This record gives sequence, C-alpha cells and structure tokens, in this order.
Amino acid sequence: MKGKTIYPGRVEGCAVVSMEPIGFYGGVDVKSGEIVEKGHPLEGRSIKGKILVFPHGKGSTVGSYIIYGLKRYGNAPLAIVTENIDTVVAAGVILAGIPCVDGIDISRIRDGDIVVVDGDKGEIEIKRRAEDG
Amino acid sequence: MYLTKEEEKILDGEYGEIKEKMFRILVVIGDIYGADRMIPVSSCQISGVSYKSIGEYGLEFLESISEKGARVVVPSYLNPAGVDLKLWKQLGYPENFARKQMRIVRAFRKMGIYPTLTCTPYLIGNIPRFGEHLAWAESSAVSFANSVIGARTNREGAISALASSICGVTPNYGLHLEENRKPDVIVNINTELNEISDFGLLGYYLGRVLKNRIPYLRGIKFATTDHLKALGAAMAATGSIALYHVEDLTPEARNFKLENLEKFSVDEEELKEEKERFSGEDLDAVMIGCPHASLNEIKEISALVKGKKLRKPLWIFTSRFVKKLSVDTGLSRIIEKAGGKIISDTCMVVSPIEEMGFKVVGVNSGKAANYLPNLCGCRVVFGSLKELIEMII
Repeated sequence: MKGKTIYPGRVEGCAVVSMEPIGFYGGVDVKSGEIVEKGHPLEGRSIKGKILVFPHGKGSTVGSYIIYGLKRYGNAPLAIVTENIDTVVAAGVILAGIPCVDGIDISRIRDGDIVVVDGDKGEIEIKRRAEDG
Repeated sequence: MYLTKEEEKILDGEYGEIKEKMFRILVVIGDIYGADRMIPVSSCQISGVSYKSIGEYGLEFLESISEKGARVVVPSYLNPAGVDLKLWKQLGYPENFARKQMRIVRAFRKMGIYPTLTCTPYLIGNIPRFGEHLAWAESSAVSFANSVIGARTNREGAISALASSICGVTPNYGLHLEENRKPDVIVNINTELNEISDFGLLGYYLGRVLKNRIPYLRGIKFATTDHLKALGAAMAATGSIALYHVEDLTPEARNFKLENLEKFSVDEEELKEEKERFSGEDLDAVMIGCPHASLNEIKEISALVKGKKLRKPLWIFTSRFVKKLSVDTGLSRIIEKAGGKIISDTCMVVSPIEEMGFKVVGVNSGKAANYLPNLCGCRVVFGSLKELIEMII
C-alpha cells in the first residue's frame, strides 16, 4: 500500500491495530510502553517494538514529548502507520526518529499481521497475515 | 508543497540533524494543512515551558537539542514557566519542581530564546506590526496578535513554534492567508460590558458556543487593550478561536463583506447564567493575571486594597518587566502592605497550585475559569476585581 513518508526508515514487525485514535499524553505509559487509557480498545496492550497502527492522534499537544520519551526509554513502537496523521503524532515521530507512514487505509491491516513499513518510500507491505480467529 | 533549493538541503540534513528534524515537522504540518510554501516569520512565541505541562520528557528533549547546538534564527520569546524563578521558595513551590523548571529555562536560553516568561509578549516590547507573519503559540497571544493588531499567526503548538524559531519560517496556510481571515458569524452583544471580568465572561461563553469560528462582534462600544486581552484569551480557551473582529474597533473588521452571515445574539441573561456556574464564597485565594496583568490592572488592584488587610492570599501574576514597573511606581508596596503578592515568570494555570493547598480560587479571568478546574483541580469562583477582593478583606 502506498502512503506518504512522515519519517524515513525501513522496519518489519508485528502490527498492533486500533481503529480508535490514540492520545499519548495520559494515554500511554512511557515507563512500560503500555496503553493505559481507560476503556481504550488497546488498554493494557504493549506497543513496544510493534508496528502501531491507528487512524490519528487525539488530546494534548504534549503527546509529542511522550512519543519522544517512549523512544528515549526504549519502549517506542518500531514504526507508526496512520490514516490521517495529526500534528501531535507527526511532531512526535519526527522528534523521536520513529519511521512513520501516513495515508494508509488501516482497515486493511489486522492485529497480529507481520508488516513491513518502508518509511523511505512511504509504503507498507503486509508480509504475513495473522492467523484467523 | 514547493520547497526552495536551500530548503531541500535542510531536509537532506546538510545543516545538521536538529534543523532537519525541525524543518521536517514544519513540512509535514504544511502538507497536512495544504500549505503551498514556507514563509518567513518575524518572531516566535514559544509555549510548553512549564515543567507541569511538558514533564520529564519535554525537559530531556529540550536539554538534548540545546546541547547539540540548536539555536534560534528569529527573535523568540518564552511563555510562563511553572514557578517564579526568584520567589519560588518563599511562595512554597515544591523544590524538585522548581529545580526541573530552572533546567528547562536554561535549555531555552542556551538556544538563544529570550526568557521573557510571559503570555503577553505584546505588553513587554514584542509588538508585531499589522500584517506581519508570526509563529506564535500561546492561544491568548495568538488571538491578540491576530485580532487586536492584525498580524498573522496560526495557533502554533509548543513544538511547531520552536521549529519555526529554529528554521525562521512557517508553512503558509490558515490565518496567514487573507481569505481565511473573514468572519463567519455575526454576534450582536446586547449587554453592557464594563469590567475586565465582563469581557472574560463574554469570551468564556462565546468560545463555548462558537468553538473554532471567526466571530464579528457588534455592540461593543468601548474596550481597552486589557479588555480585549481578557476577551480573546477566554474565547481561545473555551473554544479555539484564534481571530475575532470587533466592529469599529479592530483593524481588519471593515475589510470583509458581511452579507449572508449567520447571526447570533448575546443578552445579559446568558452571561448571568454563565456567571452563576461559578458562584461561591469561601475562597482559599484570589488569583489575578490570566493573561498576565498589565500595569493598569495592577494599579486598579492597588486602589482596591490600599490601606486594607487581606484575610487570604491575593496573588497577582505578571511579567518580570511589568513587576519591575509596579515596584518602581510604588504600586507593589501598596499591594504587599495589604498582604498581596506580585508574582512573575509564571501564572496560576501552569503553576503546580494543586500541590500547594488551594482548593477554591477566585478569578476574574474566563481563561483561568476554564483551565483551573481541569489542570489544577480547583473550584473556581468568578467575579470582578472588586467583588473578589471584597470577599477576602
């Protein structure tokens, strides 16, 4: 799938998919890399070392620094894939240096898929499908 | 977006990693909002200064880029910090917080940013001219620059404003373009506005109702810059209004055709109802200066407390510059004699007042009324300066 480069870099990993927006400030714990927002579809899931897939960010602009903090403490996702990126997440991935591709139809990616994110070309490829059920 | 050869070089990393990243942020923002190119800005107002807002990771980021040599290329000014850099101990600010705060200010200074630590840069010598392009964060200053002065800035965030200060440009979209500055709703104001708090209350209401629109306000017969500062700050806090026009008062008000615009009216009733949401008596403190108080506001307060004794803390937040004037003019002595304090570099919203035992706080600011409950866990009592001070005498 062709999208747009937000931050370059090519990585491969396992997708964690949320169809709901993610608010990093107050919603993600930097020290564990877990989503901690109450009632969020990914509550309790770790995003560390994953390909984090979600439509766009929400909430406070300080969220950019949380993304930076995740990287600094080794708990960041390997890459981020979004559908309509917002300035908070965009600034965060650039500060942190996390490969990121935007403009992807994320409904085509399933949780657990093995995905290659090519931030250099602005593309993503689903390498292996998650087992159904 | 069109990029010059020079700008392409920045993106290719020829001017180092920091500039490359900062410029990339501006390019991505420009792409998101459909900017055609970058335009130079003449000043930046940088938010995200308080340790309370940006936390440990913000501090680490700022120290890391300042040590790696990040430097600003246009005049850049700082928003309030989380403590008064000189009086924090005496005022009871937590020590750990104050230490971290000072590291943040040091990192900004190292980048060449003026440590003005005020949300009212336009009161202390950073006055843009009409039509000038800026990259200002701090929503109240954005509103003032756009509406009262007629300069042009979008509502920048902490990081985009910093990126502009390091790169000297901002993406050309939104309020930088004439066609996006026209009003989209006419508001008839059928009530008299006298006090700063009246304007704050009106702003609180309008922001809530109008959200992110551009109102054309009719029926305001007179307003000082202090009044407009309060009005714009509140509208930008409860809504995200970055520009408003006032008939016969603000510089761009007559530039646009008003045909076929939706109309809306505000009567005394609505503002009364709004004020009743914030009624109460047992105050732990009165906090004034959101946005930072002008010398005239301090003068007004000094007249109200002259020769009196205050039962509860009266904290007036302002810039270090205005505080100096209040000392030189003897106003601060009058206030201090009554038991009040003039505090600089910070304000009630970005201070950790929730850790300092204040539960019910009296304010005359619509912006403070909006933020204190969420950001500081306080209950707010709203009143005019006179009403609030009478409650603590």
